[in-house]
Amino acid sequence: MKEVAIVGIGQSAFVRGYEGSIRELTFEAYREAISEAELKPSDIGASIICSAPEYDKQRTPAGVIAEYLGLTPQPTFYVESVCSSSSMGLRLGYSLITAGLHDVVLVLGFQKMSEITSAESQERMGRGADILWESPFGTMMPAYYAMHARAHFAKHGTTEEDLALVRVKAATYGQINKKAVYQKAVTLEQVLSSDTVSSPLKRFDCCANADGSSCLILACADRATDTPQKPIWILGIGAASAPVNMAGRDSLTGLRCAQEASKQAYEMAGIGPQDVDVAEVHDCFTIAEMMAYEDLGFASPGEGKNLIRNKDTYREGRIPVNVDGGLLSKGHPIGATGGSQLRTIVLQLRGEAGDMQVRDAKIGLVHNIGGVGLYGNVTILGK
Amino acid sequence: MDFEQFGTVSFASQTKVNAFVERLYEGKVSGSRCRQCGARYFPPRADCCACLSSDMAWFDIQGVGKLISFSTLSYAPTGFEQDLPYTIGLARFEDGIQVFGRLSQSIIAEEMAIGMDVVVSPIRLPNERIAYELRKP
Repeated sequence: MKEVAIVGIGQSAFVRGYEGSIRELTFEAYREAISEAELKPSDIGASIICSAPEYDKQRTPAGVIAEYLGLTPQPTFYVESVCSSSSMGLRLGYSLITAGLHDVVLVLGFQKMSEITSAESQERMGRGADILWESPFGTMMPAYYAMHARAHFAKHGTTEEDLALVRVKAATYGQINKKAVYQKAVTLEQVLSSDTVSSPLKRFDCCANADGSSCLILACADRATDTPQKPIWILGIGAASAPVNMAGRDSLTGLRCAQEASKQAYEMAGIGPQDVDVAEVHDCFTIAEMMAYEDLGFASPGEGKNLIRNKDTYREGRIPVNVDGGLLSKGHPIGATGGSQLRTIVLQLRGEAGDMQVRDAKIGLVHNIGGVGLYGNVTILGK
Repeated sequence: MDFEQFGTVSFASQTKVNAFVERLYEGKVSGSRCRQCGARYFPPRADCCACLSSDMAWFDIQGVGKLISFSTLSYAPTGFEQDLPYTIGLARFEDGIQVFGRLSQSIIAEEMAIGMDVVVSPIRLPNERIAYELRKP
């Protein structure tokens, strides 16, 4: 059902060490989106600001940013689900429109990872998990995904080289994405010989840190038809959660929250995985993309490795995935990531993705995960 | 005995299941069991989300479990650097109770394997701290 469309998109360049404040960073994505949608600030009924607050010096950033964007006195909301914050923001925006409260809603995701010092960042990393029962052991994000990788290797015969192939693919497209933080090629040998971060994951298995912002403008059906850009419709929107503590997980070879969210999104859109023409998945680590292939049904459990070995997820393949460089090369400014993934799919469906364009893309999917499979968001878009 | 003694670095000082730490000193690694509906939890909880009761009893994790997965860290968050390299893992015990924690330093890298037998036991840490670890039976 075509009820809510994305009618404007914007994204800042993803960079290391943005030289400006968070409000200026958000303005970059905002200006792009509202300009191409040819809207005035007063056309925006409400704004939804998304980030992970542990990186912000500013308390309650929504009000500060709404003011800077010229979006007062309209209501503004702050949405947080760590790395999937802006997909969760999209869900709120969708709800506000379908509930009839607002006709046009802006979803703005941002993160200035360099807002805090590297020492502060190291300290926060320790609190990224269950602080009562896991953090006291000295856990970090790469270690959790590394446990999933090792479990996947043992159960399915996936190898370190398979994961390295995912990184090589990401770098292939990072080079042609002018907004990516990492625009260099990466060879299989480079990935395999990089330092171990948390075994079996190596430096090149991990995504690139970046500062950045993303912006989406959503409109109800009546308003979507009279905007200059081709409206891209939200056909399915799923969201789920899973236990934060690994002790509560019944499997480490996939993410239950992603499986559940994709089931909801497919059902709502009335399609299946075979109907998806292009996808953006949450490749915070190479193993995360491998699990996404299987959690989304692009491959059966254990068969994800064949997708990458056969280059099925390259631009010309059966199911192109992350042909904008993904989090691995484009970069991962936590709160901005979901909006950036959605923007890429909107460009693909409009036919405006340039060198990254997948031929004749009609249905696109975004898989955006918060934490280590704590929050799962899957969104299906169509022309 | 406070919860802030738990682990290499603790991030919270209070929980209603503080007695978990006292039981570690007694040599026991314990979960909680709901006296009303029988639901069992590890890590322990003060409240049962299955039946809403807060009438909980302790049970001790016993026997031999299987290692589900593990990873050895080469980098650590602030406060854990002196422990590097160290290994975290998840093990499954009888009745499906799962325990997340460190693997004992006494297990050498070559021995670590998914499916290996492990037991869980308390370990005293420097500076009057205490935790538990997964070790060979």
